[in-house]
Amino acid sequence: MLSAPNLDYELLAPIMIILGGALIGVLIEAFAKPAWRARLQLVISLAAIVISFNQLVRVRNDGSSIAAVTSVSVDGAGMFLQGAILIFAFLGILVIADQDNFAPQASALPGSAEEAAAIQAGKQQTEVFPLTMFAVAGMMLFPVATDYITLFVALEVLSLPLYLMAGLSRRRRLLSQEAALKYFLLGAYSSAFFLFGAALLYGYSGTISLNGLTDAIRGNTGNDVFLLLGIIFLSVGLLFKVGAVPFHSWKPDVYQGAPTPITGFMAAATKAAAFGATLRIFYLGLDAAQTSWKPFIAVISVITMIVGSLAAISQRDMKRMLAYSSIAHAGFVLTAIVSLSENALSASLFYLFAYGVATIGAFAIITIVRDSAGEVSDVNRWIGLGKKSPLVASVFSLFLLSFAGIPLTSGFVGKFSIFSAAYESGNIMLVVVGVLSSAIAVFFYLRVILMLFFTDATNDSISVVIPSILTRISISISAIFTIILGIAPSLLFDIAQDFAYFLR
Amino acid sequence: MTISTNLVYFIALPLFSSGLLLLLGRKADKWGHIFATLVSASVFIIGVIEFFAMQSREGEARAATQKLFEWISVGSFQVDAGLLLDQLSICFVLLISGVGTLIHIYSIAYMSHDRDRRRFFAYLNLFIAAMLLLVLGDSYLNLYVGWEGVGLASYLLIGFWNEKPAYAAAAKKAFVANRVGDVGLSLAIMIAFTQFGTVTFAGVKEGASGASAGALTAIGAMLLLAAAGKSAQFPLQSWLGDAMAGPTPVSALIHAATMVTAGVYLITRSNFIFDASPTAQLMVVIVGAITLLFGALIGTAKDDIKKALAASTMSQIGYMILATGLGPIGYAFAIMHLITHGFFKAGLFLGAGSVMHGMNDEVNMRRYGALRKVMPITAATFGLGYLAILGVPPFAGFYSKDKIIETAFDSGGIQGILLGIITLLGAGITAFYMTRVMVLTFTGTKRWDEKARPHESPFLMWAPMAALAVGSVASGFLLNSGSALVNWLQPVVNENQEYHSEHLLPPIVVSIMALTVVAIGVAIAVIKYRTVPVVAPENVLGITKAARKDLYQDSFNEAIFMRPGQKLTAGLVNTDYKVVDGLVRLVGWVVQISASNLRNIQNGYVRSYALIMVLGVIALIAAVWMVTL
Repeated sequence: MLSAPNLDYELLAPIMIILGGALIGVLIEAFAKPAWRARLQLVISLAAIVISFNQLVRVRNDGSSIAAVTSVSVDGAGMFLQGAILIFAFLGILVIADQDNFAPQASALPGSAEEAAAIQAGKQQTEVFPLTMFAVAGMMLFPVATDYITLFVALEVLSLPLYLMAGLSRRRRLLSQEAALKYFLLGAYSSAFFLFGAALLYGYSGTISLNGLTDAIRGNTGNDVFLLLGIIFLSVGLLFKVGAVPFHSWKPDVYQGAPTPITGFMAAATKAAAFGATLRIFYLGLDAAQTSWKPFIAVISVITMIVGSLAAISQRDMKRMLAYSSIAHAGFVLTAIVSLSENALSASLFYLFAYGVATIGAFAIITIVRDSAGEVSDVNRWIGLGKKSPLVASVFSLFLLSFAGIPLTSGFVGKFSIFSAAYESGNIMLVVVGVLSSAIAVFFYLRVILMLFFTDATNDSISVVIPSILTRISISISAIFTIILGIAPSLLFDIAQDFAYFLR
Repeated sequence: MTISTNLVYFIALPLFSSGLLLLLGRKADKWGHIFATLVSASVFIIGVIEFFAMQSREGEARAATQKLFEWISVGSFQVDAGLLLDQLSICFVLLISGVGTLIHIYSIAYMSHDRDRRRFFAYLNLFIAAMLLLVLGDSYLNLYVGWEGVGLASYLLIGFWNEKPAYAAAAKKAFVANRVGDVGLSLAIMIAFTQFGTVTFAGVKEGASGASAGALTAIGAMLLLAAAGKSAQFPLQSWLGDAMAGPTPVSALIHAATMVTAGVYLITRSNFIFDASPTAQLMVVIVGAITLLFGALIGTAKDDIKKALAASTMSQIGYMILATGLGPIGYAFAIMHLITHGFFKAGLFLGAGSVMHGMNDEVNMRRYGALRKVMPITAATFGLGYLAILGVPPFAGFYSKDKIIETAFDSGGIQGILLGIITLLGAGITAFYMTRVMVLTFTGTKRWDEKARPHESPFLMWAPMAALAVGSVASGFLLNSGSALVNWLQPVVNENQEYHSEHLLPPIVVSIMALTVVAIGVAIAVIKYRTVPVVAPENVLGITKAARKDLYQDSFNEAIFMRPGQKLTAGLVNTDYKVVDGLVRLVGWVVQISASNLRNIQNGYVRSYALIMVLGVIALIAAVWMVTL
């Protein structure tokens, strides 16, 4: 006789509310009138996010605990990242709501008569809302999952919608579809690595849970070859998602090809989710085996920081440049994994939030810089934007300064705390490389700012379209977060410190 | 300590008004000057209320504090933004807002023809806010913010007419000289933090009692450097003369009455450091003594009325700095002279501004003469200020300057006698150059330019001058009667109640000596300037030539700092171009090569991306294998 397991629904409620919102979204697609869909979808999505956030706060007040028969651990770090992902989703959806960025009919062949007809008919692609919500649900599950199966399911739930969303761009359709296909193939490939690693670790410990893994390592009961290979394969799956070198190749292509609002959302939220899971696996499951993985994660962190910063210099496309910058930032957060301390954990929580907010803002600005054919992502065409639209150029510069880690922006505080945690734990080489590659990074961020403000415009064809009120709200909130967290970091930092723990 | 919630308005009101006027731009042109003046006046009224509130409290409770917010909190480094209003800072608050308001009123008329009058008033309010933050901050770091703020306001106001390159250059010069001093202040703060782990006045005071002599001397020396930069003391005094490029009300407020005295405030506020370090005190005395003579000598040869007054400011602040170096007893007299000087020097500057206003902005005193008949009110108020600075009883300067001379004599030993003589000598030279200014401007024959049509200034201008003249007459007597100021400041600057009970010379003798010297100075000036050539004579003594050139301070700076500095920067630029850029180009070349290799890798084919991942995995396995073997 099997008894039904107690799933602790109230702890899972934040995720389930989002899933519910996504399902309602699917129903809207099926039954609502086309003219109403976009508005309904927007309201439903935002409402689900707000309700979910509210539920998350209640869970927090009731105290964190283990749910779903130890498969899920709603602990401090997990809840912090869930909250962060919800905020990213909120900001992201505000930008996504600008339908101008999406193909009218994604299934139509690029350049075909069918597509032209869809444009003519003014069709809109509102499936992007439920897809986003499904991805958000997966992202919220990923950082709180504590066994390989749940982790894998969460990974797939968050990835599959993203593969589709990457192909939805209205302009440069072929590039977008190519990006989607690449992302899908490589993502499936890395999932296979992840699954293979999980299988090996199961072979090593005889259990699928991270706790069981720790016990097995402590007890030294298994075969070390399984353990080491398992760690490496599992890491490859995770490192792919965060975009660490040499598993980063997809990132520039996908970031460039995907519709820009999706890129912003993906860059912020996927990174937070993936790092959440990575931090949990290394802090909770593998800390007993740290001598075997620390060296190679450290090396990957160094290579990632250097390659990310160097490659960004030679980019001529704004989105590709930000993709490489995202790779470099992944390297910075990886140093926090090597540091393996509570300070490093709280620093990386802060960092992921600060970086995510600025990223959404920066990509949102790219969506509104356009010429007659649409969005302009060629860096050289942004020359002189500061004279035409000083406000937009200033806010974009603010986000770049935050990426560069200039004081009085949130990015500085994030970098400073992550490097000081690394320094405290004795990883001085990592700090040196981190600071050096930050210095390289400052170069290309400042170069863009110089181009915006101090180079005379050579062409007048680009202009900033007046953003929709939603995009404007999203950009403003991101900018306000970036400044406030730079001036009064303790507002969030204290919270991050409270939340910096994992529950076994 | 009393907890107050009102202190923040001292800074918030003028800061808000300044921001508002700058943001609104031309829209506020019509009423900006009135608004700014009202704000300044209300700050003064709050100051008066706080003063009486403080008087009604007793003992420890007199000082009031307000914590604004937690400013920096990183590990063990905790700084709150907090304000402290005690017996010392209230003096400054009243002086700054009181004289400040008078000068706001004066400027309404003085700047009425300037199309940027609103911007001028916005800067004035910015200055008031920053200066009040400087004197109200409860830690060195908060003081530093105000310190930089007044530097900024001063820079903006000196260069207010920046369409003239010479004025812009003067602003830059003031800015650079101030930066040198500011480095001193920041170093002092850093040393204090490493030594005591805190930068609040209370914390440093507590720590200073147990600190090593070396550390205290280092902090003291750095604070002195800061004070020298801000207060135009030797060797950083050269900027003050050029700062006269700013509009005259600015010279009166910032470069005579308030900002330039910030150095005196800094040293007085840090009395616990200087009292514990005789070496630092000696340095203070030496700097003060040199500057008081230096400034006075320059003052004797200047034909530009504002530059002559600027030199006099330098010299008078030299008196104050010297007094602060004389230990617990000296601080109160320094502050007393600071306040009386605030009145009479601001009055003198406004008088000079009034003369310039009537003479088509002519500043050369050789083109003045006999102005007392056409500008009687200006002549009268200027005359009262003149009597005050000379130290003629019962005018303000008599009380404050005589006390400093007395204290100098009483400081003991050869040093005391030497300092006494220097201060007496300074008083004599002061009498000479001030009489010279008086005679050249208001008496004698007309030497006016043909186009000059001198006239008395409007009411809005002479009313503040009259108010300041009242201060020049009465403030000294009021502050000195019953040792009012000395007793008032005693809890802050002289906790152990040290006074000179024995005098080297009886006070009456000192006063007679001082008056004699002053009389001699006046007599020489009157005799010498019975006739005044319109063009400055060339066949003069070497000392006059030197004084005309600011005792070669600029040439010295040029030869010692500027030229080697230029050589150094040229060398650095060369090194930068050849070595650093060369390296960068090499790195760039390597980066380009590797980037093109990276581009080959980043070829867009999924199959090669997958291959890279496999290679990465193999490399990882190999690496881990090697490590574990």
